[in-house]
Amino acid sequence: MNQHEADHILMSVPAKPEYVGVIRLTVSGIANRAGFTYDDIEDMKIAVAEACTNVVNHAYEESGMMNVSFLLYENRMEIIVADSGQSFDVAKAKDHLGPVDASRPVGDLKEGGLGLFLISTLMDKIEINDESGIVLVMTKFLHGDEVEQDVGGIQQTQPEQ
Amino acid sequence: MNLSIRYENKADVVVLYVAGEIDAYTAPKLREELIPLAEKGNNVKVDLSDVQYIDSTGLGVFIGALKATDANNSRLTLVGMSQRVQRLFTITGLDEVMAIEEEEGSK
Repeated sequence: MNQHEADHILMSVPAKPEYVGVIRLTVSGIANRAGFTYDDIEDMKIAVAEACTNVVNHAYEESGMMNVSFLLYENRMEIIVADSGQSFDVAKAKDHLGPVDASRPVGDLKEGGLGLFLISTLMDKIEINDESGIVLVMTKFLHGDEVEQDVGGIQQTQPEQ
Repeated sequence: MNLSIRYENKADVVVLYVAGEIDAYTAPKLREELIPLAEKGNNVKVDLSDVQYIDSTGLGVFIGALKATDANNSRLTLVGMSQRVQRLFTITGLDEVMAIEEEEGSK
């Protein structure tokens, strides 16, 4: 758990759709370096792309940057996607997490809103801080059986007032 | 990081062959091709045999297409998904609302 033991890799790219694929390739390279399995790497590529797509679509009214950090620990990798744009209602977003409800009419299906659900499903742990902009911390453990107890849940970290 | 799309008109269905990665950058291109076809009331079959990557942006396009075909009483079918692509449809529950066929597309 000691931060000093982690390798830290930082990327800062424009919050534009054409860079989401570049970040995905980077995730693949770093996760491969860290020793993750093919399926875990593919899951992380999707989760990080979802986080970046949210930044691209929602964070800035005009242009801005997205910062992606990779922290490599002995037993896990943390990927942090952060922006300095406008926040969203995290509590409300969490309430609406879930798969498609097949019992509803097709006309009621929403074309968005699956991104955060996918992130929470594909990663072992996620935390959201919305103090200024959005900071999304996503963790994947190197061995599938070492997951923590709050698997699938989302922790919302709030600054002390 | 590119997407190529071509389509063939067959007897009672338009088959869309999609190849590449469907993400935030390429999904608009897919939407531009697929949604008008669906809105015209065609039966549409999308062959995903050559799609290596898809995320929620791509799923959103297929949800839009499903709504369009549903409103026009036509049919949207997805074929040839890899296990990775299929996995996302399963996780999100979309496999329960969409017609997904296992057969490979006959080119």
